[in-house]
Amino acid sequence: MANMAEEMYETEDTQKGKYLTFALDSEYYGIEIKHVTEIIGVQTITEVPEMPEYIRGIINLRGKIIPVMDVRLRFKKPFRAYNDRTCVIVVDIRDVSIGLIVDQVSEVLSIPDGEIVPPPELSNVMHSYITGIGKVGNEVKLLLDCDKLLHQEDSEQLASIG
Amino acid sequence: MDNYLDRSIIEMFFFESEQLIEQIDRAVLLAEKAGDYSPELVNEILRAMHTIKGSAATMKYSNIAELAHALEDVLHYLREHKPRHVDNSELTDLVLEGSDLIKVELHKLKNGDRNDGDTTDIIVRVRDFLARLDPDNAVGAGISQTEELAEDPAQATFSSRSKSYFAHLVFDDSSGMENLRAFTVAHHLGEMADDCRYEPSDIAVNESSADVIRSEGFRIWFRSAATDEELHQFFSRASYLRSFELSLIEEADTSTDGEANGNGALRASPDINGPPSGDIAPPARQLEREDQTNIQQSIISVHVSKLDKLMDLVGELVISEAMVTQNPDLRGLSLENFMKSARHLRKITSEIQDMVMSIRMVPLTATFHKMYRIVRDVSKKLGKDVQLRLIGEETEVDKNIIERISDPLMHIIRNAIDHGIEMPEDRIRAGKDKAGTITLEARNVGSDVFIAIRDDGGGLDKARILDKARRNGLLHRPAQEMTDKEIYAMIFLPGFSTKEKVSEFSGRGVGMDVVVSNIEAVGGSVWVESEQGAGSDVYFKIPLTLAIIDGMNIRVGHSRFTIPITAIKESFRPTDKDLIRDPNGYEMIMVRGQCYPIVRLHDRFGTDGAKRDLTAGIMIMVESETSTYCLFADELIGEQQVVVKSLPEYIRAYKKISGLAGCTLLGDGSISLILDVERLR
Repeated sequence: MANMAEEMYETEDTQKGKYLTFALDSEYYGIEIKHVTEIIGVQTITEVPEMPEYIRGIINLRGKIIPVMDVRLRFKKPFRAYNDRTCVIVVDIRDVSIGLIVDQVSEVLSIPDGEIVPPPELSNVMHSYITGIGKVGNEVKLLLDCDKLLHQEDSEQLASIG
Repeated sequence: MDNYLDRSIIEMFFFESEQLIEQIDRAVLLAEKAGDYSPELVNEILRAMHTIKGSAATMKYSNIAELAHALEDVLHYLREHKPRHVDNSELTDLVLEGSDLIKVELHKLKNGDRNDGDTTDIIVRVRDFLARLDPDNAVGAGISQTEELAEDPAQATFSSRSKSYFAHLVFDDSSGMENLRAFTVAHHLGEMADDCRYEPSDIAVNESSADVIRSEGFRIWFRSAATDEELHQFFSRASYLRSFELSLIEEADTSTDGEANGNGALRASPDINGPPSGDIAPPARQLEREDQTNIQQSIISVHVSKLDKLMDLVGELVISEAMVTQNPDLRGLSLENFMKSARHLRKITSEIQDMVMSIRMVPLTATFHKMYRIVRDVSKKLGKDVQLRLIGEETEVDKNIIERISDPLMHIIRNAIDHGIEMPEDRIRAGKDKAGTITLEARNVGSDVFIAIRDDGGGLDKARILDKARRNGLLHRPAQEMTDKEIYAMIFLPGFSTKEKVSEFSGRGVGMDVVVSNIEAVGGSVWVESEQGAGSDVYFKIPLTLAIIDGMNIRVGHSRFTIPITAIKESFRPTDKDLIRDPNGYEMIMVRGQCYPIVRLHDRFGTDGAKRDLTAGIMIMVESETSTYCLFADELIGEQQVVVKSLPEYIRAYKKISGLAGCTLLGDGSISLILDVERLR
């Protein structure tokens, strides 16, 4: 019975509990699949002046112009030149489309809620973007809060410095 | 709203009612100007009021319907009895006040609020006015109606001129639940009719009544003040109705209401009066109306969102055309036939583009005519004598733009009357005509429309502006360094207001800056010219259309920019001897004896890899509203029609980048940023 109920639930919301994982350096991150529209290779980026460094500019996605954010730079990691593994994950959050530039896209994983633990309380900047840590076999995936990734100003950072 | 009236009908209602209200305003003002209400004008107002009343009642907006009904009664009396002693100015005020109230209610409804405005006060005054017009007939009735009104306005409104009707309704076979459908109709009918009685009578509670309705139809008796046309309209809108018959019942004795009336109605069978059914001979009134609107038969109304979509598609088409004809794969090939076809394609796309543009173009007439009303109200309130003169009202502007210039225009005109035009005695003392004149002028200049609002009032007082700016902490430069234009421009700063006293219409210092931001939002600009004692002119420069512009693409380092062609005066390669650098490090260039500042685009936008040597690149002289200057870029790429797209929302939310008007796609699919020459310096 329990199985059946679970199955029904599954068919109702197939995106539930699925994460697209990608790599930055040696760490793996996951974002909820429901936010992801598509994955494309790196295109010509048009720089936009007066933007923070992590907003690399804008790209033309089949006639639609969307901004692209370098997630490495957003996490204060050093810039790495783009290569043929570099991908742009196009996400759509509350009707705002944006491309996330990542080192390489890995796979789509199902991580049940039971395998997700809250992040440890550390006063590190990055933790504000992480909603939980998913355990898959022996590996851990850092699950990102897309909303915060997009909209959170670096205020915590300033506060922690002050 | 339930599915009984769907969204499009509501939109249509707003559209119609707003037009009718404007029509009423116009007619009333004409009558006021002429000093008399001619039969034609009375008719026109009456007709419009009547339609508003009918549709508002159908839409269940009873306060609007009641008000329109009260005004209609007055006009009806004027038309039928042509009384000699009419207080025209009071009538004008009443009608205008009424139309204003309706406007407010419509606005509320449009925003999804309730139409909760209280119309009883004005209805009482309108009735009172009517009672005074018609002492023999209406005095008693007027007063009793007023009393009644206080208790139940709806009752009073509908009982005044109502007639008894009988309707026989047959529902679609497939509809099912006939009893509930019938109940819905009866319920909605209750909004515009009284004394509703129907058979079978237990439709709401007894499900088997559906069978009776199916076999015998649904019969309904009611009293209503609505016209045949409105009732026909009402019934034809009811859902799942296959056919209906509507007939008027002659009443033996109208004074004995209640039971006797009910019996009378029951006695009357539909064929007594030769029932006018829905598809035979429309009422004469409707015929008459069709005659008038014959000219409009060839016009259809289209939802603006569809035009927006069409415009977007044409934009995409223009881009893809450029992508095909300027495809990098074609470079270096000589393709005679291809080029011929490409030219043909270009011709057609540009024709489509022109056509779509022209569809979206709306003349300024309606917007300008609204201003008559503003001028009248404000000048009357302030005791000033002001006339409005319109020039070039037929000038056409994109629909989206027109919506956004109405408020700024209103504001400037209010300000001109309040601050600009002097009191009549002051004007006579200054040797001017007693009546002030405000001139509203529109004309096309290239791809822009100029709108000038001129007044022949006192003009702007530079000393007072400077003084005020100083007190409000808005003055950041020595006054003697500023040009007149710059001083006048300060009145548009937020928090600036020279009028010592705050009046109802202007003087709070909010507004003028809103004017600027509204106009700038559509890519336009505002400036003022003035002469002390002779009046001041406010100019709006707005683009004809927002969507597609002729642009010059330029390259700076790796970045590409687009400058609107209309802003470019010339481009040239500078020589060393013309370049000047002042002690502060500002760079300038001498062109034909004139000195122009240089704006290095690579410095302005921090672009990498651009040429730094001024003589190696190219100068583009551009003209903005306030100045002419030279932009320095690496090279010109070429001219192209570009579709203006706004920067992504995420970027706009992060920061408003000054100097950029948006972005566009080039033929090769890359993105170019469109420069805003007004804000580059």
